[in-house]
Amino acid sequence: MEKMSRVTTALGSSAINGRTMFCHLDAPANAISVCRDASQVVVAGRNIFKIYALEEDQFVEKLNLRVGRKPSLNFSCADVMWHQMEENLLATAATNGAVVTWNLGKPSRNKQDQLFTEHKRTVNKVCFHPTEVYMLLSGSQDGFMKCFDLRKKESVSTFSGQSESVRDVQFSMKDYFTFAASFENGNVQLWDIRRPDRYERMFTAHTGPVFCCDWHPDDRGWLATGGRDKMVKVWDMTTNRAKEIFCVQTIASVARVKWRPEKKFHLATCSMMVDHNIYVWDVRRPFIPFATFEEHKDVTTGIVWRHQHDPHFLLSGSKDSTLYQHMFKDATRPVDKANPEGLCFGLFGDLAFAAKESLISSDSNRKPYPGGDRRYPIFFFKKPDQTEQFAHVSSALSVFETDLDSNCMDWFVKTAQLYLLCGKPFAELCDHNAKVARELKRPQVSTTWTMLRIMFSDPANLTPGPNHPLSKLGTLPLMNSFNMKEMNSGMGAESRLERSKGESRQDNSHLEPGNSLISNNNEDNEETEGSEGQAEYMFGDAELDDDDLYSMEHDNQTEEQEYTLPQEAFQLRHEIMDNPSAPEHLQQDKADSPHVSGNEAEVTCLTPIESFSLISISQPLFTPQLPASFFCPIVREMLSYYAEKGDVQMAVSVLIVLGERIRKEIDDLTQEHWYTSYIDLLQRFELWNVSNEVIKLSTCSAITCLNQTSTTLHINCSNCKRPMSNRGWICDRCHQCASVCAVCHHVVKGLFVWCQGCNHGGHLEHIRNWLKSSAHCPAGCGHLCEYT
Amino acid sequence: MRHAVAPAESVENNYFAVTNLLKICTHCERLSKKDLGVRIPRPLGNGPSRFIPEKEILEVSKVDARTQSIFEDAFAALGRLDNISLVMGFHPQYLGSFLRTQHYLLQMDGPLSLHYRHYIGIMAAARHQCSYLVNLHVNDFLQVGGDPKWLNGLDEAPQKLQQLGELNKILAHRPWLLTKEHIESLLKAEEHSWSLAELIHAVVLLTHYHSLASFTFGCGITTEIHCDGGHTFRPPSLSQYCVCDIANGNGHSIHHNDSLGNQELCGEVEVLMERMKQLQECDDEEASQEEMATRFEREKTESMLVATAEDEECVPSRDISRHFEDPSYGYKDFSRRGEHMPTFRVQDYSWEDHGFSLVNRLYPDVGQMLDEKFQMAYNLTYNTMATHKDVDTSMLRRAIWNYIHCMFGIRYDDYDYGEINQLLDRSFKIYIKTMVCSPEKTTKRMYESFWRQFQHSEKVHVNLLLMEARMQAELLYALRAITRYMT
Repeated sequence: MEKMSRVTTALGSSAINGRTMFCHLDAPANAISVCRDASQVVVAGRNIFKIYALEEDQFVEKLNLRVGRKPSLNFSCADVMWHQMEENLLATAATNGAVVTWNLGKPSRNKQDQLFTEHKRTVNKVCFHPTEVYMLLSGSQDGFMKCFDLRKKESVSTFSGQSESVRDVQFSMKDYFTFAASFENGNVQLWDIRRPDRYERMFTAHTGPVFCCDWHPDDRGWLATGGRDKMVKVWDMTTNRAKEIFCVQTIASVARVKWRPEKKFHLATCSMMVDHNIYVWDVRRPFIPFATFEEHKDVTTGIVWRHQHDPHFLLSGSKDSTLYQHMFKDATRPVDKANPEGLCFGLFGDLAFAAKESLISSDSNRKPYPGGDRRYPIFFFKKPDQTEQFAHVSSALSVFETDLDSNCMDWFVKTAQLYLLCGKPFAELCDHNAKVARELKRPQVSTTWTMLRIMFSDPANLTPGPNHPLSKLGTLPLMNSFNMKEMNSGMGAESRLERSKGESRQDNSHLEPGNSLISNNNEDNEETEGSEGQAEYMFGDAELDDDDLYSMEHDNQTEEQEYTLPQEAFQLRHEIMDNPSAPEHLQQDKADSPHVSGNEAEVTCLTPIESFSLISISQPLFTPQLPASFFCPIVREMLSYYAEKGDVQMAVSVLIVLGERIRKEIDDLTQEHWYTSYIDLLQRFELWNVSNEVIKLSTCSAITCLNQTSTTLHINCSNCKRPMSNRGWICDRCHQCASVCAVCHHVVKGLFVWCQGCNHGGHLEHIRNWLKSSAHCPAGCGHLCEYT
Repeated sequence: MRHAVAPAESVENNYFAVTNLLKICTHCERLSKKDLGVRIPRPLGNGPSRFIPEKEILEVSKVDARTQSIFEDAFAALGRLDNISLVMGFHPQYLGSFLRTQHYLLQMDGPLSLHYRHYIGIMAAARHQCSYLVNLHVNDFLQVGGDPKWLNGLDEAPQKLQQLGELNKILAHRPWLLTKEHIESLLKAEEHSWSLAELIHAVVLLTHYHSLASFTFGCGITTEIHCDGGHTFRPPSLSQYCVCDIANGNGHSIHHNDSLGNQELCGEVEVLMERMKQLQECDDEEASQEEMATRFEREKTESMLVATAEDEECVPSRDISRHFEDPSYGYKDFSRRGEHMPTFRVQDYSWEDHGFSLVNRLYPDVGQMLDEKFQMAYNLTYNTMATHKDVDTSMLRRAIWNYIHCMFGIRYDDYDYGEINQLLDRSFKIYIKTMVCSPEKTTKRMYESFWRQFQHSEKVHVNLLLMEARMQAELLYALRAITRYMT
């Protein structure tokens, strides 16, 4: 029906104007069709069959074709079609299986022209030949398609689909003889109108019924199909095998599909159930509708473009008894509302993040993205010029891999085993633990230990110390060699952020600013649709708060803050740790963020200053006059940070090592909580000894008492088999000595060991000696005793 | 028909082993009684169905390898092989689809918890006083950890389930009265409210068990021996046997039937086939629109007049009435004078187009399974009628299907309801009506009085059609109400 000679388009689109409007019908519509010159529309349904004229700002009822005293099922229409050549000719498909043609030129009130009752079941679809006046095709529930010559009383040919119901039939726009038929079993068949004996081609297009199909008005080979499986597929029929070239997944079964005139890749769909909207898709962008019309309150049953060559007017009928004319400019554009960022965790802790390039570039107001307008492509198609392009949004996708090592908890076990928690002077403990951490490539933890040592050591002892650990501190940052892969950031993104910060800082202090990060991190990053620099940039961003992404002013603040930083080097250090978990310190955190979010421009000016400041200024700053308690709040916060981060090991270890120095600062409940978590972890890794040590060293009463529970061993008397209540070696009931050593025949009051095979045993020492000489039981029972 | 090939004794069949075991038990009953004082239960029924000779059912499963393997799968999955499956074994294609769906509904992922599912099954079956299904699911319910208290009656069940009682009642007897207000009251009940997905699951379960109750009664499924009412401790006495019980299973039944009605009935099948042929050929005699409409109305009213009552109640062994309220609420004819309900037009709301989409959206995969099952039931044919081969039975199947939908007030625009009158005789209509509307009243006499020359397997086939058509009818009404609520 879309076919119309170019000649007639002369009166074309410029003649049509109007607005979004609707009118109430008396009954639900099943189908609509528009006449050739786009001035009238026919609405058909079970209880309605009317023609409306499309005027500038309203629908006007022109004609009611439902006439006659008795309601006939012939009026109950499943489908209607207005002939595109002959403007007085209409055809309807009735639910009772009749195909009816109507001639509007008839003088009488009843315009019914011909009645074909050849189909046995409901007729689902009628279709006029686009260029042939008298040729009508019908498809029915009974599985047959019939071709009628309107000059004759009955069908000229019958096509048997050899399967279930025909849901749709459509003449090809370009091939005179070809038509397509879609079936309830998911097949689509191509027929030659001259050969009723056999279809030319058949392929399975959908699982479940194919409700509709539509030939592309311009492109010879394209057929769009929509099915109950919620898909719209576009097939290229020019090749030998029908090839699926586009596929759009909708949210409900697809009832109708119509190509949009003059737009090669656009098509409109409406659904059979549940979803009431009409969508216009760009088939190349199958994930989000290009435009949506949301006016209807019930399912849309019929859609048709008002004019074959005008893409701006869409008519639709619905079960909610309304007829709408939609203006394309009034359509909702879902793209506008779509969230352009995506963030997802993979099964193994990988993190993928995608964001619009424009957003990323807008962050760097110092260096605008080359090509200006690309930053706001979304406004592009709001411009009146109606280029109707899909919003050009290209996104950058970054994937952050978590290497397998980071998931394994070796570091935890090793640390637990190697840490020294007591038994040496405080300074040595710290040094030792720092060394352990460093060897396990956990520089941050290591540094923390070192700093703890500095903070809490007696000033007197310190004099030889500070140079040493501080030089260590100085060398630590030089670890250009450690990269992400080696880091045990089992705790996910946050901890890695720490590393990456540290890393970037170090890198920048030594390398020329710029894309230096790439060299280190390339293997961790994959990117699509974006320059390398861009992806790199994202790498940091992914882990930042959104505010950082969007705020543009904070660069300046950062610089101001920069100068305040050196005065409190340690404070700063601490804040870096705190950054991800304490968003309320956002203002201060901003100071750090540039290191991560910095793209080419920012990194240059910010990082080196800070990282040097840490090293160079900290030493003179440290004055022995500061009392240890001065650091307590910082250390407390640091411990909570570690615990929050999941590294409860660090928290507990520091707690134990610092002992009284910090204990009072942290409330008992928190301490107990940390202890129990750590002990639980240790026990899961079967580190019983360490766990015991921790329990022993803890000062929480609730923890220490853990060692006191379940220490009772209940034993039964070997003679009377009753439980022995008082003492372990003599039974109250039978007054016998229960456990007699089989070797020395004395009562065993200490460790009693016995063979589980024969139940004989005795003093551990005696049995051990005995077994050196004999394998048999010392009691003489003849059993070959076994001890493990 | 599938004729028996091998003698029954040589069969090594799961079920047969069990019955043999029982035989041994009865054999040594006296002995054991004397020695141990143990009371040995005795099966009340004889075979899985009261209507169909045991031998015939068992032979089917051993002849067909496919049936055998389906039985094995079912046994492996459930740890039992219920009598329903045994009877359905006549139609292995359908049985596979049926069991798959049922398994999915009861065991697989779904919005409702397992004990809820079984409890809803109990509610639905109890509506038709189907003690067989109730007992079956009481066991399952307890097995999955359901609270035994709930079994004392709906009052003791959670508020949420109690609210479902109303839906259950309407759906079982007069589904056309279902409105979106009913749905709304379920979905918007504060803390006891149902989610849409849960509701769909519940609706599918309810309709499944309503129609399965129809099948159970329609085929005279007997209670399994381990269930309540499946066995007795009374010693066998002669007085208990009635003629049909004795005839049942010992090979006389066919003879018995033949001697009764062969003379007058020999033409029945042929007449039916002749009519089908006529209907197929006489296209030209076209009825007018009004005629068609009145035919539907007539069929509807006539279905109302078909009497269903025949007294031969089987008293439920467990007091199942406590699982539902308002026992007086029963099927009322769709078209009663005075109150006129609008006809449900399939062309406006069909399973294929609308129902499927809704179910599949809210309870994924189930739509697909139900669709498959409906199609299987509707399209199942062996192209045989009694002893005749190569018969196109589509017309007959469609007549049965549409007749059932007609009783629920569902109309197909493209169907000539005059066909029903030609194809379905009165005794068959009585059977259909009873089975669909008040299955608990089905009797052996009804079962035997329709289609006397047809095979038992064909009668089971009819039962499957009835069951699925009923389920679809109820589902259509329920889903339409839900759709209306959603829009």
